[in-house]
Amino acid sequence: MNPAYRRHHPKWYRARMPIFWWFRKAAYFRFIARELTSVFVAYSSVLLLVQLRAVAAGPEALARFTAWLHLRPVVALHVVVLLALLFHTVTWLHLAPRAIVIRLGRRRVPDVAVLLGHYGAWLAASGLVVWLLRL
Amino acid sequence: MTGRRLREPGLWLLFSAGGTLAALFLPVLAAVLWVAPALGWLAAPAHDVLAAAARSVAGRLFLTGLIVLALFHWAHRFRYTLYDGLQLYHLNQLIAVLTYGVATVLSVAAGVVVWR
Repeated sequence: MNPAYRRHHPKWYRARMPIFWWFRKAAYFRFIARELTSVFVAYSSVLLLVQLRAVAAGPEALARFTAWLHLRPVVALHVVVLLALLFHTVTWLHLAPRAIVIRLGRRRVPDVAVLLGHYGAWLAASGLVVWLLRL
Repeated sequence: MTGRRLREPGLWLLFSAGGTLAALFLPVLAAVLWVAPALGWLAAPAHDVLAAAARSVAGRLFLTGLIVLALFHWAHRFRYTLYDGLQLYHLNQLIAVLTYGVATVLSVAAGVVVWR
């Protein structure tokens, strides 16, 4: 919660929480893990930029970047990055039916349909990238 | 308070737009650009294919949007994770300046790299 919103609760009683409260329950830990996927999203954006620079600098620079990608610790890091990105995608798509309420006439489109629509969009986006990069 | 009321919805909008683009596009990009070639599952995309995609106008617009929005997604989410996870409420201003500041600087760098 934004701390500035608390200004008008001068006598709000709050029990003190330990800093690592989110280690106490699996659900709390999952929540923090979900929020921390944003770190991997930022890492991916920066790595994408580094790769774009290498592409712009020419085939030799891209080959050097690719050689770095093959180092064992780097491969391990990127497997973790990919798993975190997948966790972000799945949790994000599952939030969609709660955030988006679509009505057709007087009926609400069921959550399952909204969720399937989002999975369809994910599939289409992935297919588009694979097709554009001619893999 | 007026400034905050104007700013907050915009920041939430950047957060959710960035979250959606990241959810749709980052896993496949990470898989085909970084993980699959390194594990030998797939040949790495050729240089001329990548260069053509990165130089086209549509490619440049897409990459700018993806990278900038994903960075602001991180800034917003990480800011609130620091508040809730580590209870750093007293550092509100400092954390906001640092997270959105880093996202802004990297966005400018992205603009330079993508549009040069």
